[in-house]
Amino acid sequence: MLAIGLTGAAIAFSTIVFQTLTNNRILTPSIIGLDSLYMLTQTAIIFLYGSDTLSITNKNVNFLLSIGMMKMFAFLLYHFLFRGEGRNLYFLLLIGLVFGTFFESISSFMQMLIDPNEFLIVQDRMFASFNNVQTELPLLSTAGISLSVLYFLRFARYLDVLALGKEHAVNLGVPYDYVVKRLLLIVVVFISISTALVGPITFLGLLVANVAYEFMKTFRHKPLITAAVLISIIALIGGQVLVERVFTFSTTLSVIVNFVGGVYFIYLLLKENKSW
Amino acid sequence: MVNVKHLFKKYGPQTVVEGVSVQVEPGKITTFIGPNGAGKSTLMSMVSRLITRDSGEVLVDNRDVAETSSKELAKKVSILKQSNYMNVRLTVKELVCFGRFPYSQGKLKEEDWKYVHDAIQYMELEDMQEKFLDQLSGGQRQRAFIAMVIAQDTDYILLDEPLNNLDMKHSVQIMKVLRQLVDDLGKTVVLVIHDINFASCYSDYIVAMKDGRIVKEGSTDEIINREVLRDIYELDMTIQHINHQKICVYF
Repeated sequence: MLAIGLTGAAIAFSTIVFQTLTNNRILTPSIIGLDSLYMLTQTAIIFLYGSDTLSITNKNVNFLLSIGMMKMFAFLLYHFLFRGEGRNLYFLLLIGLVFGTFFESISSFMQMLIDPNEFLIVQDRMFASFNNVQTELPLLSTAGISLSVLYFLRFARYLDVLALGKEHAVNLGVPYDYVVKRLLLIVVVFISISTALVGPITFLGLLVANVAYEFMKTFRHKPLITAAVLISIIALIGGQVLVERVFTFSTTLSVIVNFVGGVYFIYLLLKENKSW
Repeated sequence: MVNVKHLFKKYGPQTVVEGVSVQVEPGKITTFIGPNGAGKSTLMSMVSRLITRDSGEVLVDNRDVAETSSKELAKKVSILKQSNYMNVRLTVKELVCFGRFPYSQGKLKEEDWKYVHDAIQYMELEDMQEKFLDQLSGGQRQRAFIAMVIAQDTDYILLDEPLNNLDMKHSVQIMKVLRQLVDDLGKTVVLVIHDINFASCYSDYIVAMKDGRIVKEGSTDEIINREVLRDIYELDMTIQHINHQKICVYF
């Protein structure tokens, strides 16, 4: 339950913040390529050391390793991008996207080569699932998330203004580059924790963020984020109930989330199309 | 006073602003004119720290904008760009409230509300203050944005083509408000305008730019002159005096 709450909150929160930063309501943070990196890490471990190595059996080590890899990647990405000025956010996203695809290709290459039995274990990790989260992990994640939330509170007041776009935000005295960099970092922390906890599930964020926008009809981030977090937790618990009771564990949560999310995404596109 | 010294800006290999030095006198309307691509908007964006400069200095009241904190600067200089597309759906009042952000950081006090109401009143937007921006016409929306800038209560107001896409009535209305801001409230207004006659009728001082440089600057009377304008626009104009105002005919 704690894991569900944490993941739901982290995903909802980071998606809304990310969409505000990019001024785009159909992006999810997965575009930076963190999900793919997580998959690559998992595949690489099994590819190189086999499925019975310590890091796979001991969840804590695996968790820390995955988070470490994602942080390192994000850090490098930021470091190189923000060093020179004038690079914009979309450039960062593009690079992230390219790297994401790159990681994915390497993963699938390795997956072709490994023993089919080991592939099953990889496949198991490709889909988000709460079925095998262990109790120590949420504690570690709670600590990580609480610290980031504390850090985030310093920047919370800027979110509404950032939603107006860069030029207005700068005009109204937001130290734009500084704030955006910090907020992106927080998004990365949240995403990597939730991904390492249950697997790639950022698509859920798109779903709940947009439901929250529709539902709340406001631009203020306080109610928006609260609503999105609640919706996200409800969706996850609902999905998990479906997995356990209806499908009796024959499918995983992320399959359901991706299916529902996909349908909603198409609906969104059609609706946007009509309003033109 | 806004003091710009040897400002340079390059986009890739192309130099957009090339060693521009200019001073903006307080308490006046200063208008930048010139053909498209002359670097006027880039200059405005650099003065208001929306984009960074390659070299040179911008001093606002003797403090360099690059070294002043963004929050402090937001109480001194405001800028409105030509396109004001927004991703979020706001009412007029909510938009104007954002103008108080540099002071309130999002939590409006009684004093802030007073500025908001005054600004709405000043732009005659009382009837539509609860309406969403996307329900308004172009002229009304532009007035709402200017109300936000008024609520921001800065000494310097920079407007990049505020008359873009507006009809004559709304253009005149906006220009009259700007004139009032200068004459009644002692603000300093800096504009980029393409319609030379609006520049002629409403500004105190005109700076003409071309190819990233300032080609000529002076009082409105000096610049609205056949030879000067031919230099700038490569267009032969007749200048007529109508009701004590100089009107250029170039059709």
